[in-house]
Amino acid sequence: MKLIIKTVAKPGSSNVNKTGAWRSFMPVFDHKLCNKCGICAMYCPEGVVYKLENGFFEPDYEYCKGCGICANECPKKAIIMVLEGK
Amino acid sequence: MRNRMVVVEGSYAVAHAVKVCKPHVISAYPITPQTHIVEDLSQFAADGEMNCAYMNVESEFSAISALIGSSAAGARTYSATTSQGLALMHEALFNASGMRLPIIMTVVNRALSAPINIWNDQQDSISQRDTGWIQLYAEDVQESADMIPQLYKIAEDEGVLLPAMACMDGFILSHVYEPVILLEQSLTDEFLPDYSPEFVLDPKNPMSFGTFADPTTYTEFRYKQEKAMGVALKKIEEVAIEFSEKYGRYYGGLIDGYMLEDAEIVIMAMGSVIGTIKDTIDMLRKDGESVGLLKVRSFRPFPADEIRKALKNANVVITLDKNISVGKNEGALCTEVKACMYNNIDASAPVIGFMLGHGGRDIPISTIVKIINKAKLVEKGIFVESEFADLREDLA
Amino acid sequence: MSLLKPGHRGCAGCCDALAAKFVLDALGEDCIVVSPTGCLEVFTSPYPESSWGVPWIHSLFENAAAVASGIEAALKAMGKMNDTKVVVIGGDGATMDIGLQAISGAFERGHDLIYICIDNEAYMNTGIQRSSGTPMYANTTTSPAGKASFGNPLNKKNMPAIIAAHGSPYVATASVAYAPDMIRKVKKAAQIKGPTYVHVHAPCCTGWKFEGSKTIEVGRLAVETALWPLYEMEKSEVTGVRKIKNRKPVEEYLKAQGRFRHLFTMEGGAEEIKKIQATADWNVKHFGLEVRELKLMKK
Repeated sequence: MKLIIKTVAKPGSSNVNKTGAWRSFMPVFDHKLCNKCGICAMYCPEGVVYKLENGFFEPDYEYCKGCGICANECPKKAIIMVLEGK
Repeated sequence: MRNRMVVVEGSYAVAHAVKVCKPHVISAYPITPQTHIVEDLSQFAADGEMNCAYMNVESEFSAISALIGSSAAGARTYSATTSQGLALMHEALFNASGMRLPIIMTVVNRALSAPINIWNDQQDSISQRDTGWIQLYAEDVQESADMIPQLYKIAEDEGVLLPAMACMDGFILSHVYEPVILLEQSLTDEFLPDYSPEFVLDPKNPMSFGTFADPTTYTEFRYKQEKAMGVALKKIEEVAIEFSEKYGRYYGGLIDGYMLEDAEIVIMAMGSVIGTIKDTIDMLRKDGESVGLLKVRSFRPFPADEIRKALKNANVVITLDKNISVGKNEGALCTEVKACMYNNIDASAPVIGFMLGHGGRDIPISTIVKIINKAKLVEKGIFVESEFADLREDLA
Repeated sequence: MSLLKPGHRGCAGCCDALAAKFVLDALGEDCIVVSPTGCLEVFTSPYPESSWGVPWIHSLFENAAAVASGIEAALKAMGKMNDTKVVVIGGDGATMDIGLQAISGAFERGHDLIYICIDNEAYMNTGIQRSSGTPMYANTTTSPAGKASFGNPLNKKNMPAIIAAHGSPYVATASVAYAPDMIRKVKKAAQIKGPTYVHVHAPCCTGWKFEGSKTIEVGRLAVETALWPLYEMEKSEVTGVRKIKNRKPVEEYLKAQGRFRHLFTMEGGAEEIKKIQATADWNVKHFGLEVRELKLMKK
């Protein structure tokens, strides 16, 4: 890999770092309860809760660190944190 | 060309040279004896003679920091400082060099506190020799001014991309009035290309500058800086010759010699004391003394090969240092010349170090003569490692 | 897709990442970001990775405002400014302590830039040491609670007031827990000419000792107890406040965080909590934060 001399790094190159490997708990989204308010996407520190075409939301589990903010903030309690099986 | 000489203050000649190089951003904080340079630049800006941003910042640290930002945004930049101001910039000097930003800064050499002293010595820039900045030392006012476009050309070269200090002795060169040729705009427009770096802060092509490098990547950044200094070694010589071809003025590249080829005793020095040494040599040569001068113009990168070659025929080498590394009882030029001579199979002259001129103490011809006589004692087996050459017995 | 790309190394539930995300949401692609040394800088830029989808530069700890000044001056001098926003996103230590000189100079010179201070109330990246943003009685590693101490004995430095005193045309406080409000304020700061400032409250789960999932909840409690008043100032005049409908006692905020736990376990803690309550009461009075009760008149 060519070393760019100016301690300059390309934008978004952090996406090689799959932080999904960090988590112990994973958020499970129940679309039946969801009211599409978007608070989960708004408050995800990783920015990896995405709006689907049908208006519901899903996390990108490659990067989700399992912090649980989305579950804690969801006004409809539509997201629960589940211990991830190994 | 000679009839275009004008008598101006050294600071004015430098400020004029900066103006002619068309920087985009100047950022500076006032400190004696740099003040006249930045005052002259402010006046140029106020008179609409420069198309640049002139920032009056709240400290030297902010001055250099602002230029780090400006240079990263793709601007040609300039600052000037000295002594305490340069010391305050210490942290940022490493940062600018590590980020490979070709900032040009005149250092109007002045002694460091404590005790506080506003007069000339070279402790300030010498103390920054590890920061990764190119350092050239000017012999007179003309060179102090002409060094500016040369340094822009060297520093902005894509194989170099390092910041550079243009060192000129405070008061001696900054506040003296000398006849000089003011840097020619038309020649400089041809000599100095625009600054157009490959990586800049640009929303159309976003890049991240100043990322952190862990143990697996840090070393290679330092290595690349060192390699760039190697490229600068060649560039300094090339640009000096290019400059002489265009402007008709030459000061040496990395080094310069005066009555050097057959000299048995060679004096080495940097900066304005060169003038006094040349006068001393002229005087002593009339008496048949075999003495010559090796001017060191580039201290960083250090021209070890060139110095070794130049000292091939010397019997005794004297180094003059307007600085001291307290605890080593030696000045930096002495230490570095000794180091480069140590494994030198082509020459084996002893190197004797004299420290003098601290805090602006005058260096008359008589001091140089005294030094040369001391050096001659080597032939009688009396060896002086390194000592102060101008100590006042009544105060010591 | 956010302009703060995933794969950064912020803690799970990180307040700094949220703040940076909201700033970039507000400003869009046409900005240049300067960060001083700190958590945000470190976890977004381990060479060769970078999470920044916009141009970004990190120089040193204390000079972000000076670097930003230089970028703004350069863009203007080269005729390249257009609508590009120059923004600093830096922590409380870098802004209020070691960087105070640089921000003062930048605001005094009046550059067109936006300064966002992410206040997580301590030097977090170096291991949770006290800064001038650390609130009263917070337990940090250099202001710990102990047999002879209730923790940090000093109030927060009033940075918005300091910036307002420099004549900044717009100074606001915000919180990551109130994202639409924060985004609105950052957008407003970006539209106003001159140096503008937004001071963002950022609850740090690692430093304040609470579960990462509670970041927004804790942030809300800070506002609802009036310990973090949300207001806007234009030229030193308070022009907007977010009123509190049902003010909560400060205990609810304090007991949600491990850094105040000693106030509930040490003898005399309750007395000290009263001092914190007094700060909250003062904020209510000073900024007019409480919704006036409706008095039903008898006919």
